[in-house]
Amino acid sequence: MSDWLGPQEWQAVLLSLQVALVATAASLPLAVAVAWLLARRRFPGHDLLSALVHLPLVMPPVVTGYLLLITFGTQGPVGGLLKQMGIVLAFRWTGAALATAIMSFPLMVRAIRLGFENVDPRLEQAAATLGAPRAMIFLSVTLPLMLPAILAGITLGFAKAMGEFGATITFVSNIPGQTQTLPSAIYALLSTPSGEGPAMRLVLISAAISIGAVLASEALARRMAR
Amino acid sequence: MIEVEFQRGFPGLSLDVAFQAPAGITALFGPSGCGKTTTVNAVAGLLRPDRGRIVLNGRVLFDGRTDLPPQARRIGYVFQDARLFPHLSVARNLRFAARWRRGADADFDRITAMLDLGPLLHRRPATLSGGERQRVAIGRALLSAPELLVMDEPLAALDEARKTEILPWLERLRDEVRLPMLYVSHSVPEVLRLANSVVLMQQGRVRHAGPLTEVLADPALAPLMGAREAGALIAGTVVAREADGLSRVMTAAGPIWLALDRPPGTRLRLRILAHEVILSRAAPQGLSALNALPATVIDIRDGMVQLALGDERMLAQITPRSVQMLDLKAGAACHAIVKSVSVLPS
Repeated sequence: MSDWLGPQEWQAVLLSLQVALVATAASLPLAVAVAWLLARRRFPGHDLLSALVHLPLVMPPVVTGYLLLITFGTQGPVGGLLKQMGIVLAFRWTGAALATAIMSFPLMVRAIRLGFENVDPRLEQAAATLGAPRAMIFLSVTLPLMLPAILAGITLGFAKAMGEFGATITFVSNIPGQTQTLPSAIYALLSTPSGEGPAMRLVLISAAISIGAVLASEALARRMAR
Repeated sequence: MIEVEFQRGFPGLSLDVAFQAPAGITALFGPSGCGKTTTVNAVAGLLRPDRGRIVLNGRVLFDGRTDLPPQARRIGYVFQDARLFPHLSVARNLRFAARWRRGADADFDRITAMLDLGPLLHRRPATLSGGERQRVAIGRALLSAPELLVMDEPLAALDEARKTEILPWLERLRDEVRLPMLYVSHSVPEVLRLANSVVLMQQGRVRHAGPLTEVLADPALAPLMGAREAGALIAGTVVAREADGLSRVMTAAGPIWLALDRPPGTRLRLRILAHEVILSRAAPQGLSALNALPATVIDIRDGMVQLALGDERMLAQITPRSVQMLDLKAGAACHAIVKSVSVLPS
């Protein structure tokens, strides 16, 4: 195996998996909350929140990365505060997780929001007449009925996080072993004379992970629909 | 006992509703769009009135200051579209309320037996027929330990065959579960079969609320029930079977002879449609109709004559020309010739 792919490449694959899993898991609760707000609540600033959530989807990733750098960099307003608390994001794998989380957030919110919109609020009314407290209506009626949408959100978010390149490389650079994710590694290999072979192998791994994620989520969705 | 009084404005319809419903089944009757469903939604807490007062068995549910959420109202709601939880089995749908409401689920065995739900318990709602779904919905509402049951046209989404399948269950419910019920309907046959009192609604207002027999014998309300359906409902008891096979049924309006085979003592409700009644000033002779009862005119309105027959009230539908020919007016004595009677169980 080790001559098929060098240790540096393996590191990039593992780092990408770590970054994508952490980014997806950490942003899921927030994505559910924001999707619920956008789907079920009308409040001043509703459309503004929606636009803000979608911003990373429509802006060039480089711009998002740059904005992250000036906000969360050690000299930035938030990054400075975090540094005093001993947390540094810029040029660290945690920064890569933040960048990919922000880039995949709109995709997760969109998928989960659709789920909320597809749950018939009349079923929630029925649960209320049967005495279910609000929180229990959410947990025992709304959430189970929208699990497929949440699963779709997780899959989309994870796939996007695995592939995120522009914002990540701008915010945390491309340091092998520290911030070099799978796409950054492919990019780096393509600019070295003998890198095409390993690059192609990384491309295959990347495709295998993405297809595997989609297949796993579909299998799960089928099991839940039973 | 539920006391309802509230106002609520909508674009195009303003609701101003006030009525009291006694024990038994109270039908909210009226044409589509008159505010029946909105009214029961306000009672169940699914819709907030602008102002008013809703009291159930002395407990204030809403009065401007108090506004209990649906969870705290203890009102079982059977929706027109059943609204079973698609991700739960029938059994878990039925036991849904037991998770947070004390006293719910206590009658599980009795109610599943009464509605014959045993064979369905392990099925998913998606695999049930419309009638089965409605039966489960009724069971689920009953098992939430309600103080009032609201049913919003529970038969409207069903075809005729399914309706005849469900109606006996509803009758059993009325007779076995002593629970006051509000029953939304725009079907006269359903109201006749189930209800003992009626709230007649029209364009967001209550036109009349009272016992079913009173509403049916009121000529002013006849157009609301539909001209073909107008007519009285009177109570009677079979007293004797006569040699030629006819049964004599005693009513407060006098004896009525009917071709039916029921043992003496059977209590019946007789439905006498207004267009099945002929009026005659003289005592009728040489008629094939068996039942001619002496009557007094109380009121004449829009081609409907309201008659007093002893303690009973009846309607006869006649033309203005007949009114003139017979010189009918309030207080006039006449004979009501009943062409046909339909018999409803008591």
